[in-house]
Amino acid sequence: MAGADGDDSLYPIAVLIDELRNEDVQLRLNSIKKLSTIALALGVERTRTELLPFLTDTIYDEDEVLLALAEQLGNFTMLVGGPEYVHCLLPPLESLATVEETVVRDKAVESLRKISQEHSPVDLEVHFEPLVKRLASGDWFTSRTSACGLFSVCYPRVSSTVKAEIRQHFRTLCSDDTPMVRRAAASKLGEFAKVLELEYVKSDIISLFTALASDEQDSVRLLAVEACVSIATLLPQEDLEALVMPTLRQAAEDKSWRVRYMVADKFSELQTAVGPEITKNDLVPAFQNLLKDCEAEVRAAAANKVKEFCENLPEDGRETIIMTHLLPCVKELVTDTNQHVKSALASVIMGLSTILGKDNTVEHLLPLFLAQLKDECPEVRLNIISNLDCVNEVIGIRQLSQSLLPAIVELAEDAKWRVRLAIIEYMPLLAGQLGVEFFDEKLNSLCMAWLVDHVYAIREAATTNLKKLVEKFGPEWAQNTIVPKVLGMAHDPNYLHRMTTLFCVNSLSEVCGQDITTKHMLPVVLKMAVDQVANVRFNVAKCLQKIGPVLDSNSLQTEVKPVLEKLATDQDMDVKYFALEAISVLVLA
Amino acid sequence: MSSTPAGPPSVDKVDGFTRKSVRRARQRRAQSSSQFRAQDKPIELTPLALLKDVSAQEQPELFVKKLQQCGTLFDFMETLSDLKMKEYKRSTLNELVDYVTVSRGYLTEQTYPEAVKMVSYNIFRTLPPSDSNEFDPEEDEPTLEASWPHLQLVYEFFIRFLESQEFQPSVAKKHIDQKFVLQLLELFDSEDPRERDCLKTVLHRIYGKFLGLRAFIRKQINNIFLCFVYETEHFSGVAELLEILGSIINGFALPLKAEHKQFLVKVLLPLHTVKSLSLFHAQLAYCIVQFLEKEPMLTEPVIRGLLKFWPKTCSQKEVMFLGELEEILDVIEPAQFVKIQEHLFKQISRCVSSPHFQVAERALYYWNNEYIMSLIEENSNVILPIMFASLYRISKEHWNPAISALIYNVLKAFMEMNSTLFDELAATYKAERQREKKKEKDREELWRQLEELELRRAIQNSDASAPAIPT
Repeated sequence: MAGADGDDSLYPIAVLIDELRNEDVQLRLNSIKKLSTIALALGVERTRTELLPFLTDTIYDEDEVLLALAEQLGNFTMLVGGPEYVHCLLPPLESLATVEETVVRDKAVESLRKISQEHSPVDLEVHFEPLVKRLASGDWFTSRTSACGLFSVCYPRVSSTVKAEIRQHFRTLCSDDTPMVRRAAASKLGEFAKVLELEYVKSDIISLFTALASDEQDSVRLLAVEACVSIATLLPQEDLEALVMPTLRQAAEDKSWRVRYMVADKFSELQTAVGPEITKNDLVPAFQNLLKDCEAEVRAAAANKVKEFCENLPEDGRETIIMTHLLPCVKELVTDTNQHVKSALASVIMGLSTILGKDNTVEHLLPLFLAQLKDECPEVRLNIISNLDCVNEVIGIRQLSQSLLPAIVELAEDAKWRVRLAIIEYMPLLAGQLGVEFFDEKLNSLCMAWLVDHVYAIREAATTNLKKLVEKFGPEWAQNTIVPKVLGMAHDPNYLHRMTTLFCVNSLSEVCGQDITTKHMLPVVLKMAVDQVANVRFNVAKCLQKIGPVLDSNSLQTEVKPVLEKLATDQDMDVKYFALEAISVLVLA
Repeated sequence: MSSTPAGPPSVDKVDGFTRKSVRRARQRRAQSSSQFRAQDKPIELTPLALLKDVSAQEQPELFVKKLQQCGTLFDFMETLSDLKMKEYKRSTLNELVDYVTVSRGYLTEQTYPEAVKMVSYNIFRTLPPSDSNEFDPEEDEPTLEASWPHLQLVYEFFIRFLESQEFQPSVAKKHIDQKFVLQLLELFDSEDPRERDCLKTVLHRIYGKFLGLRAFIRKQINNIFLCFVYETEHFSGVAELLEILGSIINGFALPLKAEHKQFLVKVLLPLHTVKSLSLFHAQLAYCIVQFLEKEPMLTEPVIRGLLKFWPKTCSQKEVMFLGELEEILDVIEPAQFVKIQEHLFKQISRCVSSPHFQVAERALYYWNNEYIMSLIEENSNVILPIMFASLYRISKEHWNPAISALIYNVLKAFMEMNSTLFDELAATYKAERQREKKKEKDREELWRQLEELELRRAIQNSDASAPAIPT
């Protein structure tokens, strides 16, 4: 490598190290973030012999600086001379892996995992694995938690004797007397199981899994649930019943709601991992219980999984299972006392219609949808409306239209503007599914009312909504129904409403085409150029710039140009600015 | 004619952007523990005779029976169910409380397991989920335990039981063991302040009476704190646990064990980093000062720790840190002060020049503290040069006139303390600033060169590795 060594006279290490020691934390942090530049200036040799020892010795700093350092060192392999020397990075990272602050430690572990891949198998045994062992038997809990994340990266690449040692260390940490370490071990159990030989999964991992899943602390037990997914995936089907299921059943009925929540939250993954038979026999009753749990948190997590769980049921018998076992629970959730539960259910329940088909949907699901459309909580109604497309495919939306309308009207006038915003976004979809006639009759007035909402975000969304409607229903419809109303607002006493006209023209001109724009919109816009309010005037300029490309060159020259020229001499600075900008963009000068 | 004055126009009408739902403290809510499954059948307890109505020989047996009855749990979320039986249990518990307070000779070996079992059945339960994720203990009302009418009496019974003269820890330790204590500690996360208060007394008594459990209790509190600081940032009972620790630390024998020192440095100090510090800061500061009064040599690591965790953005916390620091300085030994004065006053100089006037004000109040003043005076040759630049600059620039006035007083005090040094610093102030600016320029130049070098290397490398492009 040419010039790999730094120029000593120019960059004495002392000067550089001074930078890393700067009294101001921010400057120190900046220097650490450019550590690679410093290393480059020093060259690989001196980085190894001078910079790294300095970094290792002075690790007592603000956590923010340490975090930056831990991250930098993960990308340092080339700067110390390539994979051959990568083990030089281990000492500072080892110290960082024992720091109290979790983010620093995690970053150090991440960097260690990264550089472990750059070690040759020999270096891994000579340098890396001893480090893992030192961490695993450290005095303070921090080093032991860090060790938990390193076993799985070295295990596949070491000799069988070392493998046995690693397994032993992991086993010890799983029964550590601090819960923090047990949590760390439990959270890495699945990952570690994946790199182990199957015989050891059966002999070692299962007993650790069982022990962690009955730990005295619920925060440990719930992590075992996560591991359960990976472990079940690794084992052959015939072993699942004996090795995994007793623990899983126990977790689904744990006395702590946190553990049950975790089971509910991971239910789809568990379902895939244990396969169809066990699902039918065990998971269905367990799921029923979770849907009826005494804690709303658990019910909401389970409700979220209803669709996915049903979808993944084995096809033969799926309908019966849903109809006889799950639907009764689902029905109860529709009238749950907790709105998060209802809202979670509303976000997935429509998906059941594709699984159950037309007849069942009409007979059993439709009443539920209708009930939820009348729910007192707006999120529930909104979640139903936002998933209408699933039902539309199965039974057509018209079945719902009678109940849909009051729900939509109510949401459209909800006191929370975010709710109003959400319903506007579904308007184009609804319009498409309900058809132009229904729309004109029932929904059009709502869409126009939003244009004069007192919240700008709503007015803005209403403008975009109009554009999408025109895309659906065509320019002719636009000309007859919405353009007159929009243009009518140009004479409104409220300047905000007058500006809304301009914003609508901005977004409608393109979809309405040259004819409508030139004949109907342009005259109105041009008249507004003499508005008293400067904001309206400069928006006229901006509007003309926007619709210019849609107009023909004749009207540009004879109508637009004079108006813009006049605006360019306006008293108001902003009006002038935008008028001049429009003139130059439209090349009218 | 109505004389109601026309109020100001409704804010809603004027400005559509005002939040209509200004955050209101939520109503006091009651919540049951997470242990209840639907109970189908009404609960029936057979009423027993009153203890005072039976002979002394029969009392122990009846006492045990009553304890067993009180192990029955009722669902308090169902306000109308089992009303009679709930009332019966309440009166029985009351009777038991009175009985353990006044009776003598009731505590036979068989009663210990029954009493502990009754308490365990009632108090040990999975705490329900917190109602909202963004529960703000300062703003929101806590969730109250619905079964408190019974729970309160159970706690009271247990406290009287532990405090009873006949209570023998050597017999009870079979039942009040590590597992019991662990479950007890988990309950400190209860949102109900009444319950935490009872728990505090209970744990205090257990710590006092069961010598064999002390180390275990301390270790588990350690774990709770570490998990709180580094994992969850959520635990309701930190203040209560710290209060107990305050008196535990008070009783530590000298010289302090390594375990206790580690607890101070690795657990108590990091507690300062937590967002909700204000909820337990008073208790925490008390613990820290207790340690320093026991062992002044710990002052240096403690102050270094505080400086390391000094809040970067939260002015409210910064004021708390300054308050705690003053408490520490109140008890500091002059020899310890000299060891940390440089680092300490660099931070204080930053606080004094904080644009947040409360921070600046709190720091400047140090100069009203006689003992701190005497320490500063003794070491003015070190402290004055550190403080001078900030004070001098801020005296002219601070936006808040009250701060300017305080600074003026501080400057005056320094001038009287050491007028020679003061004049010298005033004279060289400008030159110092120039020197600093030059240093700043040099830094920039160094980094410019370093980056140029990096760029050159990158080009060289890509030239070397990329195949030559024929021109």
